[in-house]
Amino acid sequence: MAAPVHERIIERWQVAAPGPAVSHGTLALLIAPDQLLDVARSLKLEFGFDLLLDVTAVDWPARDPRFDVVYHFYTTREFVRVRVKTRVPAAAPVVDSLVPLYDAARYAERECHDMYGVEFRGNADLRPILLYEGFVGHPLRKDYPKHREQPLVPYRK
Amino acid sequence: MTPDNRAARGPGALEYLTTKKDEFVGWARKFSLFPYPFVTACCAMEFMSVSSTLYDTDRFGAALPRFSPRQSDLLLVVGTVAHKQAPVLRRVYEQMCEPKWVIAFGVCATSGGFYQNYAALPGIDRIIPVDLYIPGCPPRPEMVIDGIMKLQDRIARDRHPILTDTF
Repeated sequence: MAAPVHERIIERWQVAAPGPAVSHGTLALLIAPDQLLDVARSLKLEFGFDLLLDVTAVDWPARDPRFDVVYHFYTTREFVRVRVKTRVPAAAPVVDSLVPLYDAARYAERECHDMYGVEFRGNADLRPILLYEGFVGHPLRKDYPKHREQPLVPYRK
Repeated sequence: MTPDNRAARGPGALEYLTTKKDEFVGWARKFSLFPYPFVTACCAMEFMSVSSTLYDTDRFGAALPRFSPRQSDLLLVVGTVAHKQAPVLRRVYEQMCEPKWVIAFGVCATSGGFYQNYAALPGIDRIIPVDLYIPGCPPRPEMVIDGIMKLQDRIARDRHPILTDTF
């Protein structure tokens, strides 16, 4: 069931194919990477989505723009969620950072950078947050070997 | 023992004395284990239930947790240890004074359990020596009590030199 605010968002952002879909009560928008800051700003300022819940990514190894970068927004006035997805290629997995709009993006983007290697242009601090300095690779990418160990403390003999 | 008696008994007397000393120190040490709970995950719930009234590890003299490794002699590693946490665990172990023992509580501490990925340490014995493994996800309180008693038996049977190579 689509919430009224969903209709207004669809009207405001005439999203191209495969088009907006309401899934489990959440509007899912697929947008181009260069639209991201505009869409986020409009969600925050025009539609009152004051909470950035999560920044994550999905790895599609066989697809050409390999990564989906996924954002979840929430409005504490209407209790409605919106999911925004954008696609970036493996050669340059770069999107704009949402730090100027949401402080919550600071750590969420660090985690997404750890796990998928997505670069967030404008986030000044992308040091490892869940991983550690010296960790090679991005463990939630599908091509990261499942059994690979990178111990921080050398193993005993 | 008078000097005369010792001369009469020969070198066996000293051997007898040393054995009795080990037995005595072992008896004292096995009932005064001060655990340091290094608790990281869901096994903590089972650790709480085994420490509290119903199962009550205090009956074995192993109840009072010391939250400083310098005051404790039993390291209880309860739960999954991630690679990122491994330096902390090793430092805690190194800060404990001799004599010290380590119990791996639950499968994650024992072998990594069902985790086999980039994050989890596959068993704490990769970085510190372990005296006793208690499997289970989580272990039943009876298993933990059994483990503590087995460790106590071992301590009672061990040699307890007053002077060691490192001290």
